[in-house]
Amino acid sequence: MSASHDHDHDHDHSELSETELRVRALETVLTEKGYVDPAALDLLIETYETKVGPRNGARVVARAWTDPAYRARLLADATAAIAEFGFTGRQGEHVVAVENTPRLHNMVVCTLCSCYPWPVLGLPPVWYKSAPYRSRAVKDPRGVLADFGVTLPDDVVIRVWDSTAEIRYLVLPQRPDGTADWSEERLADLVTRDSMIGTGLARSPQDPA
Amino acid sequence: MTAMTVSPEAARRAAAALPDLPRDAEGPVFREPWEARAFALAVALHGRGVFSWSEWAATLADEIARAQRHGDPDTGETYYHHWLATLERLVADKRVTTAETLERTRIAWDRAADRTPHGTPIELRDEDFDLPRSPSTRD
Repeated sequence: MSASHDHDHDHDHSELSETELRVRALETVLTEKGYVDPAALDLLIETYETKVGPRNGARVVARAWTDPAYRARLLADATAAIAEFGFTGRQGEHVVAVENTPRLHNMVVCTLCSCYPWPVLGLPPVWYKSAPYRSRAVKDPRGVLADFGVTLPDDVVIRVWDSTAEIRYLVLPQRPDGTADWSEERLADLVTRDSMIGTGLARSPQDPA
Repeated sequence: MTAMTVSPEAARRAAAALPDLPRDAEGPVFREPWEARAFALAVALHGRGVFSWSEWAATLADEIARAQRHGDPDTGETYYHHWLATLERLVADKRVTTAETLERTRIAWDRAADRTPHGTPIELRDEDFDLPRSPSTRD
């Protein structure tokens, strides 16, 4: 940090850290002057969406699959259960875990903005923030799932959770069959980002990674 | 043309030119979203010919050396803080903008963030630039 920005002041009300403010200021000025195109920046950053943040959600899910006491804690208070791993962050502070069962599939949408638990899931994919995904996910969740290659039996209820300012959701996917003797570490490899948003299922042991 | 200047190919060339960039086998990795944004901004400016990667690397090395003199532990966790300082310095040196303009805009973003309820996208408005400086942002 350069000397001119070393002042330290209270940001209780702000969603943005001092560093984020500086990055935004640069982008605003450079955009106004025609040096950068925010849409082009978004496109590049999209290629790194799995390369941002610790993405530790898979470890949380794998532990819940193998440790019934942890699963109970996760469903009771996901924020605290996730913090047991040391994953906390300004976007991860109010997380609710919703569990998939053979009769219930959960899916998460977000109204807007950057409210997304990136300390556990990494960057939100671009489609997640798009208006078509959001409106269709509410009206036609089965159709959206089909677009993602997921077909659920007709008797499975699909519940769509709309993230709000206060609550971000983490889907606890079903543990794949054929993994009874698997270690937590190995199980974590089966947990995809989309399975924690609910637009996918956890990989089965037969699926290529 | 602008879109091309921040293509994945341009990013790969940047990664190749900057051996210290935090990365895994597939390319750059970022600890927080703003780091990816700052990376993309530098790729875009390079694409517009504002600086060469060797020039960038020399300025970044200088920023890192300066931070170390001020006690930065140089564990790699602060890499993108130095990256951001380099961006701010080069855009001023190259007369793309001034430190004053950046500071004024930073304060405007601070005001925008303060008045925006949690969960709503933070957007700049003209009024964010107009208000008198609040005590919390006075140096």
